[in-house]
Amino acid sequence: MSDATHGAVPANSPVLAFARRLFWIAAPFVLIAAVWQIASSFFPPFLFPSLIDVFERVVEIATTWSQFSSVLATALRILAGLAGAFLIGVVLGVAIYTSDIADRLLTPTLTFFQGIPALSWVVFAIIWFHGIEFRILFIMIMTTLPAFTFQVVGALRGMNKDLLEMVMSFRPSRGKYFSAMVLPAVLPEMLTAWKVNLGNASRVVVVAELVGSSGGVGFQLLQQQQLFDMAGALAWTLQLVFFVLLFQWLLSQFERVAFRYRAKSERR
Amino acid sequence: MQREIDKMEKTADTAAGRNGNVSVVAGTEGPEISFRGVTKRFGDLVAVDNLDLDIAKGQLVALLGKTGCGKSTMFNMISGLSAPTDGEVRVMGRNPFTEFDWYRGKMAIVFQSDRLLPWRTAVKNVEFGLESLGISRAERRERAMYWLEKLGLKGHENDYPHALSGGMRQRVSISRAFATDAELLLCDEPFSALDEMTSKRLRTEFARLVKENRKTAVFITHSIDEAFDIGDRIVVLKRPAEIAHDLKIEGEIGAAERERYRRMIHESLAA
Ligand SMILES: Nc1ncnc2c1ncn2[C@@H]1O[C@H](COP(=O)(O)OP(=O)(O)OP(=O)(O)O)[C@@H](O)[C@H]1O
Ligand SMILES: [Mg+2]
Repeated sequence: MSDATHGAVPANSPVLAFARRLFWIAAPFVLIAAVWQIASSFFPPFLFPSLIDVFERVVEIATTWSQFSSVLATALRILAGLAGAFLIGVVLGVAIYTSDIADRLLTPTLTFFQGIPALSWVVFAIIWFHGIEFRILFIMIMTTLPAFTFQVVGALRGMNKDLLEMVMSFRPSRGKYFSAMVLPAVLPEMLTAWKVNLGNASRVVVVAELVGSSGGVGFQLLQQQQLFDMAGALAWTLQLVFFVLLFQWLLSQFERVAFRYRAKSERR
Repeated sequence: MQREIDKMEKTADTAAGRNGNVSVVAGTEGPEISFRGVTKRFGDLVAVDNLDLDIAKGQLVALLGKTGCGKSTMFNMISGLSAPTDGEVRVMGRNPFTEFDWYRGKMAIVFQSDRLLPWRTAVKNVEFGLESLGISRAERRERAMYWLEKLGLKGHENDYPHALSGGMRQRVSISRAFATDAELLLCDEPFSALDEMTSKRLRTEFARLVKENRKTAVFITHSIDEAFDIGDRIVVLKRPAEIAHDLKIEGEIGAAERERYRRMIHESLAA
């Protein structure tokens, strides 16, 4: 930070620090918006609608319950899918970590699954199942399960052997072993896994919602496409992005509290 | 502080080999720790080679040996963290590897590195050792604070390990082991990360503690002085772990004799 010594306000003033933080949060978005707005003055609205139109649509969606419920439905589908995949991933991950047989059977299977496109799961789900919500849940789980499982396995295998043996030397109960050692040791990687998979899930969910859902961001996007309404398409997309950002932010806040024990080097 | 170990008496100097361990304390109870023909291999590497060793209850044994001679490996077998490739290790008459849980609260280890849980503060790290023992929260805190204070860490109890110096971390790890009040203490170079004064003070305290409470203690050290200062028995190991000398020190020995031992140990460590 080279601008620290200029001006009457002391460089370490909390107001200035806050303003600077705010600036850097906003800067990339302002940049994208500016480029878009410039483009909108050269192209017809169905290609690059003005951001003012988009903004009005965003507000409309957020304030109209019949529309906002679609956003909530999609958000819940993402979270349900992630939670399901995470729970199953933990079970499979622990199995792979503790048993060689499970490792040999499951790891190649999950790797195989990882190669299957989301759209294929959509087709399978439509053929196999009836309930719309169940289809979506199935798709969400199948597409994020391999990554979650591998991340759990990686976190378990990455536990510090010295610390683990120290803990074992006190002969803790299983519960104590888990809460004092395993959980704190794998938590950082689990949070990263959630962040990564959240991004994946938000991209898959709109595809999954094409299985016949009559609500949700995916369904709404399909409507906008049929109407050739670019402002609407953008506004719906932004709703999903907002949700992802909000959830990422929540995870980051949790990280800040949970990992305050970490040392920070002054050099990076 | 001058201690009774300045008066030393050699009872077993078994430079000749490993079958000279005759220093089992008389009485009906068997040895607290016994190695019988113990070999530990890591792949092709032999870390401990056909070792026989008995350690009696109440003994304070200093284990000396070159780096990499298998001392920590011996500790891992005593504590049940690893099993011998060959032979038998028995601790308190049982097999520490297969009867692992039986030893809960009965032994405490000060590891070579501090091994503090980075996500716990100093006092919570000390308390960890007590949490498996069903001790109440209040008593855990009290005991932990007692030991932290004794080791000069008052005021740092709420610091996370990353904010402590190497020596402070080592003292937290000593507190963690001592707070459990276990009857068997295994200390892997517990005082090596400390300055001379602190180290001297702590080892005197350590020896007093072990003697007063009739605990059994094995401690690894690289310092011959430290071994003489507190050990009532000094076991010198060759590489791979195999006994070079086994000195029992009690009663009075002259400065000349002490010097002779020192030279002898020096020679086998230099070999
Ligand atoms: N888990 C392991 N895998 C492979 N080799 C090992 C393992 N643990 C120890 N060794 C080897 O066994 C030998 C003895 O190691 P150990 O840690 O017991 O030495 P040490 O006597 O404690 O040495 P130091 O005084 O340096 O701590 C070394 O050669 C080491 O490389
Ligand atoms: Mg060692």
